[in-house]
Amino acid sequence: MARRKSSIHGREGIAGWVFTAPMIIVLGLFLFVPVLMAFWVSLTNWAGNGNPFGGGETAKFVGASNYTDLFLKDGLTRSTFMQSIGNTFYYVLLVVPLQTLTSLFLALVVNNKLLRGKSFFRTAFYFPSVTSSIAISTVFLFLFSNSGAVNGFLKLFGITGPQWFADSRGLLHLILGLFGADNPSWAQGQIFGRTLWDWLAGPSVAMCVIIILAIWTTTGTFMLMFLAALQDLPVEVDEAAALDGVSAWQKFRLVTVPMLRPAIFLVVTLGLIGTWQVFDQIYVMGKGAPDNTTLTPAFLSYSQSFTSLKYGSGAAMAFVVFLIIVLLTWFQRRIMREDKKPGWWRRRSTLVGAASSGAAAAATPADSTSAAGAHR
Amino acid sequence: MTTITKQNTTPAVHEADLRRVRNSGIKKVLGYAVLLIFAVIYLYPFAIQIATSFKDDPQAAAHPLSIIPNPFDLSAWKRMFGLTSDSSVPIMTWLGNSVLVTVIVTAARVFFDSLAGYALSRLHFRGRGFLFAAVLAVMSVPGVALLVPKFLIVTYLGIYDTYAAMIFPLLIDAAGVFIMKQFFDSVSVSIEEAARMDGAGVFRTFWSVVLPMARPALITLTILAFQGSWNEFSHFLVVTQSANHKTLITGLAGLTSGSLGAGTQFPLKMGAALLTTIPVAILFFTFQRYFVRGANEGGEKG
Repeated sequence: MARRKSSIHGREGIAGWVFTAPMIIVLGLFLFVPVLMAFWVSLTNWAGNGNPFGGGETAKFVGASNYTDLFLKDGLTRSTFMQSIGNTFYYVLLVVPLQTLTSLFLALVVNNKLLRGKSFFRTAFYFPSVTSSIAISTVFLFLFSNSGAVNGFLKLFGITGPQWFADSRGLLHLILGLFGADNPSWAQGQIFGRTLWDWLAGPSVAMCVIIILAIWTTTGTFMLMFLAALQDLPVEVDEAAALDGVSAWQKFRLVTVPMLRPAIFLVVTLGLIGTWQVFDQIYVMGKGAPDNTTLTPAFLSYSQSFTSLKYGSGAAMAFVVFLIIVLLTWFQRRIMREDKKPGWWRRRSTLVGAASSGAAAAATPADSTSAAGAHR
Repeated sequence: MTTITKQNTTPAVHEADLRRVRNSGIKKVLGYAVLLIFAVIYLYPFAIQIATSFKDDPQAAAHPLSIIPNPFDLSAWKRMFGLTSDSSVPIMTWLGNSVLVTVIVTAARVFFDSLAGYALSRLHFRGRGFLFAAVLAVMSVPGVALLVPKFLIVTYLGIYDTYAAMIFPLLIDAAGVFIMKQFFDSVSVSIEEAARMDGAGVFRTFWSVVLPMARPALITLTILAFQGSWNEFSHFLVVTQSANHKTLITGLAGLTSGSLGAGTQFPLKMGAALLTTIPVAILFFTFQRYFVRGANEGGEKG
């Protein structure tokens, strides 16, 4: 008996490696190795000519200068990179709270027991999340074009809409302008090669379209997560709250929100992770135009490599983005781990499983991009 | 809203009940109003998209809000299906590439992901813990950081701008392996053990006993793989270049970001975008509960 068992285990040992061999080969060859290659390239000045690993003048080792150029050296690379960071900062600042609040709000309304047609509305709100980001961006390009539906709608109220995709004015600049501030002397200090006034621009009008698009495409997925969490809330608490005669707002604030805390944390962190990955939308909606105000670090890394042919610098930017996202993901996994329990597939709420897998699994449903990154 | 008065007299309770009924009526109307407004916001863009694809260019610009094309114009669709002499936008080629890549990638992912997921969940072998940790690590790697790396490796292997470069790197995804591993962790091991005791080999057990039991997870995985590969953009963007390797998505992105043709051509763009949306939409409406499960609501409830 003992011998038989060990022979089974022996076979399992081989089978284990055979079964996982395709995964090891594909992920190793097209993920692990290339990341190492790109790290090497990020330490060179390779510009697309010749062999990037061959050394020589075309792929000279330059140490960390591609990285220090992004942060320390005054120049076009740094100011563009810092602008893309600034753009993303405002993008995250608006998208994450708005998508969290909207999806929570929709989940609460859809979950209301008095209302019928729950599945219809759930479907309607979720559908944009599953469609291609490129196709959706194309539709939004039309909706927000100068003679598009949005401006047509605004015209019904006598409002002349802006030229959305050509308008590089920052929202905060516009608001500060109402108070008479226009590039004042107190905002001339330089931070990372940009004036304080530039940092204070806020998202440009063009960026606002992408922000609206991101919120529009992600709320469906996040609404489903909130719905799952809401359905897991114990009914007794609800009833007790109703009997104690608390108002709906009090119940929401004192009962629902605290109990939804894990779900809210999940949605916020997935949002944070996803917002740094926006790429497809930027590519379709102007590639950073107007005036680089829709540029994101992820897209800049692409254009720096494939358009400007500065692969070393582009790869360095990619690693910076990589680091930001990995830190956010690890932070999330660490906090969520406390709640981790096995067997999430069987359970009604699978939120925990999603959480433990970080961005990818939650994104899983709708492609890592759509969930976190309906963004991308 | 419903504060029940302290002196528990009948009229007071009555009044509270009435108020509750009235309140729930108002709540209902408000609830439906909110739902309808949001439904319009979420669905109207698709209606505009469909309608615009049946308009001509001037009409699309003049009546952007209308969802009834008048006159009804088929020229965008004729152009897409190659029925006109204008071949600047070869959508049928793109469609063919999309179908080819999606079919191969979906089939491969379903098979290889469940194979690896099964091994990581069930088979005892040295290095299993390390491999699973590696899968988790890989899942946290953002796709946008992999563009330069992918370009480097396909160039290095000499397969830049080929179908091989489009397909091979997508054959397995860590998230799919993770899903299958979690699934196998959750199902009982007893049936397999019976099969194994009867002398079936590891692969035989996997193929004829385990996979048939994994149907729900396999359907979810199929949907995710189909959707993921059909909607894939950035990977194809960096590993291909020539026009005959364009998929619907990369082709549409090129068309929209202005490298092809002249003018706004919104009907054509809306039509092409619609064409890319239709397969996923059909899948979505057919297997909705699996999508919902995928989005972490579901489990057994379905």
